[in-house]
This record gives sequence, C-alpha cells and structure tokens, in this order.
Amino acid sequence: MSKTIDKLQFIQKLRDNLTIMVGGFMTVGTPELLIDWVVESNVKNLTIICNDAGYPEHGVGKLIQNNQVKTLIASHIGLNPVAGVKMSQGDLEVILVPQGTLAEQIRAFGAGLGGILTPTGVNTVVEKEKQIITVNNTPYLLETSLGADLALILAHQSDRLGNLTYDKTARNFNPVMATAATTVVAVVTTMVDFIDPEIIVTPHIFIDDIVIKAGD
Amino acid sequence: MDAKTIIAKRVAQELKHHNLVNLGIGLPTLVANYIDPNITVYLQSENGLIGLGPTPHVSEVDKHLTNAGGQPVTLLPHGMYFDSVTSFGIIRGGHVDITVLGALEVDQEGSLASWIIPQKLVPGMGGAMDLVVGAKKVIVATTHTNKMQTKIKQKCSLPLTAYQEVNLIVTEMAVFEIKNKKLYLIERHPDVSIETIKANTEADFIIEEVRLMEDIS
Repeated sequence: MSKTIDKLQFIQKLRDNLTIMVGGFMTVGTPELLIDWVVESNVKNLTIICNDAGYPEHGVGKLIQNNQVKTLIASHIGLNPVAGVKMSQGDLEVILVPQGTLAEQIRAFGAGLGGILTPTGVNTVVEKEKQIITVNNTPYLLETSLGADLALILAHQSDRLGNLTYDKTARNFNPVMATAATTVVAVVTTMVDFIDPEIIVTPHIFIDDIVIKAGD
Repeated sequence: MDAKTIIAKRVAQELKHHNLVNLGIGLPTLVANYIDPNITVYLQSENGLIGLGPTPHVSEVDKHLTNAGGQPVTLLPHGMYFDSVTSFGIIRGGHVDITVLGALEVDQEGSLASWIIPQKLVPGMGGAMDLVVGAKKVIVATTHTNKMQTKIKQKCSLPLTAYQEVNLIVTEMAVFEIKNKKLYLIERHPDVSIETIKANTEADFIIEEVRLMEDIS
C-alpha cells in the first residue's frame, strides 16, 4: 500500500468551505508545495488554522493574497500586512488565539477531549464570551477543541507507511496538527526504508497521504 | 550609551546560573549579548527549542532553524527541539524561570499591554499571553517613554496581555519592582534624578531605598 499521492490526487481532495490546518511557524515548517496547489485549485471560503498569517508571498499568506480565505484562526498576523488590510476592510475574519491555547485546542481535538482549561487570557479580551471555570480557587478559561477537515504538514523523513520525523524548529505545530484532521497530508523530504522506532515523532496511523519533495 | 543597551545590560543581571529564560522579539533579544560569561543560562524559544546559540555565519544559515522572531539561530551543545505543545507546556507549566518582553504600556499593578492598538496595529498576541501567565518571573524591558509619552501608567488603557503578572520593569532611567500590586522604584540611572523619573512616569510609585543602576555603560 502506497500513501504517496501526486498533485492531481491532492487537488481532488479540495473543495470550497473546507477547514484546513497548516503547520509552520512564520512559514518555517510550512508545506509550501501544498499551499501552491491549493492556490492553483482556487477553492474558496476556506477556514485556515495556522500559527500565523505567514508573509504575503509565503505560507498561508499566499491563500489570503488569492482571496481564498474567509476565516483565519491564528496567534499572530503581524508579518503579513495584506492580512491586516483585508481584515480592516472586512474581507477576512481573523480570530486571534494565544499560541499556547491554539496548540492545546488542537491537541484536545486529536485526543478526543472537548476542550482544555487554561489560565492564559483570564482578565483580558480573550475571555470574552467564554466560560470561566474555577478549580482550586484559580480561574481558568474553557477553550473548546479545534479540528479540521484537512491538515497540511511538513516533515523530514518518512517510511513507507508514514512514520515521520521532523527537522529542527520546522517541527512546531506539525505533529499536533497531524492528530486533529479528517485527512492529513504530509510533505516529506526523503522516503527511507527504516526509521529507528525510538525517534519516530508521528506514528503512521495519523498520516493519510504523502507527497515527496526534496528540499522543502 | 543608547537606551536599549542600558536596558539589555541591566536585565542581563537578573539572569542566574541554570535559569531557563525566554527572551522576546526586539529589545529583549539583546539581553543575550550581556549574560555573565561565568554562568550558564538556557534560552528557550517558543517555536520549539532550548539551547539557543548565537546568530550563524551567513554560510551556515539553516532555514529550518530559527528563533520565534524567524531569525536564523544556532543550537548549543545539549540543546534540543520539541513541538509547540511541549513548548507551551514548558511555558504555561511554570518551568520557565524568567520571561523578558517589551511593552506598549505597563501599569503600577503589574498589568501589561503589548499586543494590540485597536484600529491601528493588530499583530496578535503570539505566545506572549502564555509566557506572562506561566513564567515564574516576568520582566518588562522597555524604553521609559514613546514619543515623549510615558509607558508606565497608573492603569493600562490598551487591551491587556495579562493582568497583574509583571514583577520587574527595567527602563533606561530606572528599575521598578511590583510587590503586592504596588510599584516600588528600586534603582535609578546614575545620571537621572528621581525628579526626572517622576516627571516621565504616570504611575504612582513608592520610594524607599533607591540604589544606582550598576555596570550599564
């Protein structure tokens, strides 16, 4: 059984109104090749979940630039002025989430939890319209779990089944996003016969499809 | 000596042997240049590493190895990488000894505003809210004023990053400590009088024993 797919097979998975998680931190660890294919497909009304808005010409910024994104859920958009302009014009809904909360919301979904309790954001605008639950006299925000239809991730090595390792700080959100989407597509730099089971970061059971791209 | 260098040098004195420290983007990053060479400090970067080393030579830049500001960095011996869940577990879980970050405003109760100017500048909070809530000690490293306006307020007017979490404020003029929701002036720059500090500070502060800032030039 091969999980390797090509561009055409990938584009067939896309449609309007999808919720897509994209790995990467300021585009380090973002699968640019898959973003380019989403741009090419020109599907619209996407909800994108990503740490940040990337740059206008890199990462999920390319989807924003191409007017494919309806809603962006991210912790930071400061490096993408296009996102800022579209937001203030009302063309892009931006939901800003503290970075640690975003990571835990995604983890919770992948782990079958309804949400998490975090002290982050208490007594700030982040708590607006959220339930506050007090445990041992400490107030926590209830942050509900966050999943997606599709997760696009970047890894380093893969074996035939899709056991994955990552490369340095390109790891970031990729392993957790691999757990939280109906379909997970991984771009990998190299396909190898064997990976030491002790160093596998993402078990193959999370990975649906693999695209091999050296140098990404 | 410019203001940023004074601030970075003074903040560096707060770092102790074997501390785990997160330095924010911008001015706080400069603190790394002034850490006492006789101590070992572990620098964390929230994008997923501990053991942040110096900026690499241009020929050794690795596009998969950056700090949380996206700048190329290196990894020191014994350093390691981890994912965002682990990274924020470290941060929120109280395992970071000191976090140093900048401010748009900071107030006398220790509340901090650093991530949004509504309708004007909306970068987002990134990891700052988690860092400020989770770190054992929160140091705000900031110039005392911005365009002649004080940044040290009675009460923050901008949306908060966190409520009453700041422990120390270091500026080019002074060092303030926040204890029991009260602001204490604990140090002043040798060339800056208490009167000048008062004139440049909106916050009310308590003056008990004021030392001079040392080794900042």
